[in-house]
Amino acid sequence: MKGSVAVVGGGIAGIQAALDLADSGFKTYLIESRPSIGGVMSQLDKTFPTNDCAMCILSPKLVETARHPNIELLSYSDVKSITGKAGDFKVKVIRKARYVDETKCTGCGSCTEKCPSKVADEYNAGMARRKSIYIPFAQAIPRVATIDAAHCIYLTKGKCGMCKKVCGPKAVDYEQKDKEVELNVGSVVLATGFKPFDPSVLKQYRFDHPDVITALQFERLLSASGPTQGHVTKQTDGKVPKNIAFIQCVGSRNPRINRKHCSSVCCMYATKESIIAKEHDPELNITIFHIDIRAYGKNFEEFYNRAQREYGIKYINSRPSEVTVGPNNALSLKYEDFNTGDLVSKNFDMVVLSIGLDPADSTHALAKSSGIALDDFGNIATSIENPVETSVAGIYVCGVAQGPKDIPDTVAQASAAASKAAALLSPERGTLIKERKFPEEKKLSIEPRIGVFVCHCGINIGSVVNVPQVVEYAKTLPGVTYAQEMLYACSSDSQVTIKDAISKNDLNRVVVASCTPRTHEPLFQNTCREAGLNPYLFELANIREHCSWVHSKEKERATEKAKGIVQMAVAKSALFQPLYKQKVDLINKALVLGGGVAGMTAALDIANNGYHVTLVEKEKELGGMLREMTELYDGKKPADVLKELIGKVSGNKNIKIINEAKLIKVEGYLGNFKGTILASGKELPVDFGAAVVATGARNLEPSGLFEYGKDSHVVTQAQLEKMLANSISAKNVTMIQCVGARSKEREYCGRTCCVDAVKNAIRIKKTNSSANVYVLYRDMRTYGVMEKLYGNARELGVVFIKYEPENPPKVQNGSVIVHDVMLNLDIELASDLIVLSTPLVAGENEEINQLFKIPLDKNKFFLEAHPKLRPVDFATDGIFLCGSAQAPKLIEEAISQASAAASRACTILSRKFIETEGAISIVNEAKCIGCGTCVTVCPYNAPSLYDVTVKAEEVTYTTKKSKINAASCKGCGSCAAACPAGAITAQHFSSKEIGEAIDAFQKGVKSISLEKGVVEVTV
Amino acid sequence: MSAESAAAPAAAKTDGWEPKIVAFCCNWCSYGGADSAGMGRFQQPASTRIIRVMCSGRIDPLHVFNAFLEGADAVLVTGCHIGDCHYVNGNDKTKIKYKYLENVVHELGIEKERLQLNWISASEGEKFANFIRDVTAQIKKLGPSPLKPEGVA
Ligand code: FES
Repeated sequence: MKGSVAVVGGGIAGIQAALDLADSGFKTYLIESRPSIGGVMSQLDKTFPTNDCAMCILSPKLVETARHPNIELLSYSDVKSITGKAGDFKVKVIRKARYVDETKCTGCGSCTEKCPSKVADEYNAGMARRKSIYIPFAQAIPRVATIDAAHCIYLTKGKCGMCKKVCGPKAVDYEQKDKEVELNVGSVVLATGFKPFDPSVLKQYRFDHPDVITALQFERLLSASGPTQGHVTKQTDGKVPKNIAFIQCVGSRNPRINRKHCSSVCCMYATKESIIAKEHDPELNITIFHIDIRAYGKNFEEFYNRAQREYGIKYINSRPSEVTVGPNNALSLKYEDFNTGDLVSKNFDMVVLSIGLDPADSTHALAKSSGIALDDFGNIATSIENPVETSVAGIYVCGVAQGPKDIPDTVAQASAAASKAAALLSPERGTLIKERKFPEEKKLSIEPRIGVFVCHCGINIGSVVNVPQVVEYAKTLPGVTYAQEMLYACSSDSQVTIKDAISKNDLNRVVVASCTPRTHEPLFQNTCREAGLNPYLFELANIREHCSWVHSKEKERATEKAKGIVQMAVAKSALFQPLYKQKVDLINKALVLGGGVAGMTAALDIANNGYHVTLVEKEKELGGMLREMTELYDGKKPADVLKELIGKVSGNKNIKIINEAKLIKVEGYLGNFKGTILASGKELPVDFGAAVVATGARNLEPSGLFEYGKDSHVVTQAQLEKMLANSISAKNVTMIQCVGARSKEREYCGRTCCVDAVKNAIRIKKTNSSANVYVLYRDMRTYGVMEKLYGNARELGVVFIKYEPENPPKVQNGSVIVHDVMLNLDIELASDLIVLSTPLVAGENEEINQLFKIPLDKNKFFLEAHPKLRPVDFATDGIFLCGSAQAPKLIEEAISQASAAASRACTILSRKFIETEGAISIVNEAKCIGCGTCVTVCPYNAPSLYDVTVKAEEVTYTTKKSKINAASCKGCGSCAAACPAGAITAQHFSSKEIGEAIDAFQKGVKSISLEKGVVEVTV
Repeated sequence: MSAESAAAPAAAKTDGWEPKIVAFCCNWCSYGGADSAGMGRFQQPASTRIIRVMCSGRIDPLHVFNAFLEGADAVLVTGCHIGDCHYVNGNDKTKIKYKYLENVVHELGIEKERLQLNWISASEGEKFANFIRDVTAQIKKLGPSPLKPEGVA
């Protein structure tokens, strides 16, 4: 068995899986076919429903991946085959020739600038052109150039060679060849993503017209880094469009072209893109043509409502039959308005096709060559109970490769797949990982001896800022003993140069003047550490982003400013003191709250990863809401599923189950929690390093709605579910959707109710085909592959009738009267059973939210750390979330999330110790007046007051002093700013350090005369 | 350009004069916004020096006074948008401190343009550049800060 994993696909799914695995003690290979990792998410402008900037949240993950000592990135590489068995796989990888030596390229971009050959840019979805030697996007990881062999003039015609000529570090290598490598790994995670549907197949939509574009292309138009810097313009004439139409379900929900699935994300991305476009240009008119609007996720319905209410985006219920091109190239849409039945033709300046997600070609190829089963839709096949396990043991899947889904569901599945791979290989955990070894730190002499390294960054800095002058200037600054210029401070040979300079000149502070610390500080800190310097003795002076790039036309001013920035950095660095991250022990045990499917799965996964778990359930028996169900939508019996799961959980020696119990007290922090459990009247102590909250939700009782409680024929969907354990006698069943959901008092969508209704409608029809089943709905939200169920139900004769919320159905003397929108008629449905589909509502989350100080959202579900990239984390470290406690979800989604929460917890439990933040705040006890301001201000409960006895002359008295727990402090410095006594120092950002920097700025840049070496101050 | 010509009365005094502006930026958002301004090549006057802190909550009113007393012509307090603070609510606290600062600065008779608060996300490069441009133009009109100690430009 091998303690390593190959993750195939470097989109957000692969990245998350790789990070989790590497953090849990496994050597991880991340294999990506494109030149850079980041996948489709890197092309997005914003993400729904928060409109977060996609790149801003993704980019830190990219950097983290690149820098992780246990992740080996194989970008621009394809997997040829996977052979072997669980624990011992051989993965053949083709490393495609980049024609650039990855180890030498610094990503300066000089080659790109000079390259004369231009081709369509895939990063901009073909909306812009890029060079034949290119870095896909500004934040690309790895940041190395790649030659597009199909278009390179040298490689195709043997002429040019420009890039080789201009490449400073001599990285271009036209002789490079594809290389095959074989990886030996214990497990494989497939995260091969999807392929955007190609709409040229649908000739009626006139994708050949330049102003008919895909939503991905529109996304690029909206992006500040896109071809038009975020200005939406028409391709035909560059003018600003006035009327834009979105056509939904292009390449989805269309059996005629064999696309039976719903792509799950298009309704929301169209809504998002419309909102952003309206924000850019409030004059725009946007119409979205749709079949159903599937706003099923957390905060989606609210987002959809806002789009209509606040942004005036129009939603028309129709699927346009065609786009026609009239005289003057004008576009118009022909459609039947489902709501009015009218045939309409309307002109638009631009048509955006909301294209669906197709399975990736590479998924097919790999599945075929490696014997992995696919489902009916061409996705990698899995089951409800095992949503990330493929047909081959030891190979797991996550993200869209398993079925269409949005980013948070993808991220959750990625962590889930990591959890499974880690559990499989848990005996080998930690065997193949590298711990970085550093030399001992050298003693810090009292006098600062500062070394300054000023970077040209190719021409990025050097062409604007006079670098040699900055170097000479730096030499005159107090404390500076050494200064030099560098072509690329970040290149690997520069690290060697810096280390040499540190040892030769006995430097004890280092300032690099180059780019932003947000990306490059850790690199140089590492270099310092390798040279025996504490990493906190390093400072970056940002003279690229903050200087050369923004003053490119004012060379002299830029040079003066660069000197000033260096001067400030030098002044500040002279005060730096070594800081140390503290190592604190942790408890390698977990606590799971809630014994439903989610809680049990989380507990089992953590236990299978080798850690002890205490599972706390409030009821007598395990099982939660699944105990109330009688059939899953794939026909399986929940009782069987539960029996197996409960068997595994109770048989696992790592799991301690406490029934009829609840957590009543908790204190501590990441790695070291102490709690008290109340079980049958007794209080039990519990220690844990991480916790998973899986407390579920409950069904809404629709009292007062649709005669529920008054008329015995009116039941809830949950009650019908139970009744269907036996066959029912009802001949006419009417289901009403969205009861108590998508309403004023409860704005959210119940997510699972449409699937449940369709499932039960099918069950009724299957046992009694003569029964009439009506489903009264607003939008059928059978998203993803569940669309198939909806189709099945219609084939079986279930009748779906759309109603409007303004005109809801009425229950009267055993029948339901509904206004059919499409027929524009009131219909009376005689019903012997009326079924109300109600959403899940939050359970008793407030108790737990108080205990752990973890936040709730407005619907009282738990609020995750980030809706996109941290779906199962809480902002508070060490506590995780899964299942319906976060929001309503289907069983397989709850299971994925549970495994994900387990994986996240294992990234903590697998540590040998917890490392605290280095630059934290400290209290000077002598100055502290014990007022407790810091305690109030800190969001992490890091400061606390303790009693001290003070003996002063004759008197002895007790007073309070504050101390800051190093393990909980995150180093934000809020307490230092708030302390009225000035007793708190925010280390590395102390008032002294900040003051020195301000002082250095105000002193101004002295002019120096180089010839005479005389320094004179002109200010 | 237009801002400069609009400043005609003070033009003689401030001709060619560059104000000195101190901008406090939090690591996670506004400093990133300044970086994005660079990445997007949004040009801006070379008047400003950024002091990076981890969170806007770190900014002590004393730092702001210090900057004025050392000779800054304007001080900018920036951070993440409300709700986006990397440390939960540091910027809420900044808002409170800023209110106080505004009052004191007002009491001292300093023009309100010289102290400004702005929430800038890491992606708002253009916003950052515009902010610097606007503030610089405003301060050019006002001329050097009355608190500037003698001998400091
Ligand atoms: S981190 Fe930006 S304001 Fe707190």
